[in-house]
Amino acid sequence: MYHEIIMSGVGGQGIMVIGSLLAQAAFMENLNVTYTPIYGVEKRGGHADCTVVISSEEIGSPIVDSPQSCIIMSRPSLGKYGPRVKPGGFLLLNSSFVDPLEVRRKDLDILSVPALEIAQTLGNDRLSNMVIIGAFVEKTRVVSLDTLAAALSQIFEEHYHHLLPANAAAISKGAEYARNSFHQ
Amino acid sequence: MEKRLFLRGNHALAIGAIKAGCRFYFGYPITPQNDIPEFFSKQMVKVEGCFIQAESEVASINMILGASAAGARAMTSSSSPGLSLMQEGLSYLAGSELPAVVVNINRSGPGLGGISASQGDYFQATRGGGHGDYRTLVLAPSSVQEMHDLTLLAFDLADKYRNPVIILADAVLGQIQETMVDRPYQPLELPPKDWILAGASGRDPRLIKSLYLKEGEMERHNWKLFEKYQRMKREDVRHENYLEEEAELIIVSFGTAARVAKSAIRLARAEGLKVGLFRPITLFPFPEKALFDLSQRVKRFLTIEMNTGQMVEDVKLSVARDADVHFYGHAPGSPPAPEELLNALKKVY
Repeated sequence: MYHEIIMSGVGGQGIMVIGSLLAQAAFMENLNVTYTPIYGVEKRGGHADCTVVISSEEIGSPIVDSPQSCIIMSRPSLGKYGPRVKPGGFLLLNSSFVDPLEVRRKDLDILSVPALEIAQTLGNDRLSNMVIIGAFVEKTRVVSLDTLAAALSQIFEEHYHHLLPANAAAISKGAEYARNSFHQ
Repeated sequence: MEKRLFLRGNHALAIGAIKAGCRFYFGYPITPQNDIPEFFSKQMVKVEGCFIQAESEVASINMILGASAAGARAMTSSSSPGLSLMQEGLSYLAGSELPAVVVNINRSGPGLGGISASQGDYFQATRGGGHGDYRTLVLAPSSVQEMHDLTLLAFDLADKYRNPVIILADAVLGQIQETMVDRPYQPLELPPKDWILAGASGRDPRLIKSLYLKEGEMERHNWKLFEKYQRMKREDVRHENYLEEEAELIIVSFGTAARVAKSAIRLARAEGLKVGLFRPITLFPFPEKALFDLSQRVKRFLTIEMNTGQMVEDVKLSVARDADVHFYGHAPGSPPAPEELLNALKKVY
């Protein structure tokens, strides 16, 4: 198995958190994995991208030009990475900020998730990233949802551990939304 | 007991240093290596070691000189502009024959440059930016695993030769997180440190210096150092071959560029192109003999670097005269992707 994912959004949306969460889960499933954060001098509001490569073989390049999957959390990210997803690849859109009608490509598997609205039903806007990664794992099954939730405690410092149940709930909500939605 | 870990390259390197018995870290902050001092600032106290954020890179390298002269394993880390500031100290370490490990997480330059990954410091590391006729051993990791393993080796080689060792990585290797096997440290058999300055009571005084003014003394010292560099070439050259058997084109590449090249080679092989990889792990001593031997059989080489052409000079010096050496450079910005390197290799295949 070999899967490349680019996740892209705006600093503050929690891109790096879900990237390292997915990578941690893959590690826990005994897979080889690279997690490459691409942040420069940006802070909140700037571009925030990361690349995760998951493989049962040795991983060559941690850098990917055309990924199999892409998670798009904000509008500028769509322009940057939308054209680069491999034909037949998977595009997951945070439709709270990105209008699916802006996607011109017809050769992709697309899932739109209104992450912000779903997070709001849980009472916390900032869980949008967890909703998205829950939906992503439900659709791609690169790792199991159980491992993903179990990885939460590994990537959060202990003094944030009171937030684990809320994050796990957001993952479940995202997965549930993905299960119940039709691909466009 | 071997344990699997998932961690970033800068942390793997720092863990390796503590495992190798490094108890003195002196450094000054600069991106993209800041995870290293941050790690030591928390961990050194737990092993009764010493972490000092020095007032400058010049101070850091000279603090290492002091700690090393007293017999301790000591290191510093920085990124490109910081290494420029350390060159005088590296020359003094080499001249005084003092072991030290100096890490360069190469960012782009010249000048302040940028914080993206680059291999622009190949010349600086292998030729030395300091004055005088000296060499430093240069190790070039290509994975998080090697960030750890080569750090263990670096401390041993520094002690073996009484010479500074540079670990030349880059922003990608420092910052990616990857799986790694946490192997135990098995030190090389090393000579006793019978030269250290840690109190002369009950023995004759010793002297560590790099100043030689007496008739013939400087000449003898330079030839002694030369013999040491020759010994490095005999005993401590390392490289990796990948799919080089029956290859018609060999890519020569190190560090991050080499692992992107590996992916490009897999893509090429899937299209039936017989391409292999020769990856120097020691940049000095350069694996010139192994490359020469390979060039007896393969006649086409493509050097790929994340700069505009540095290691390619060593490749040209190494291969047989009838071998062609091509070059593809990817100047810093974002690192190259496998598809870009695939296109590059097709042009010379």
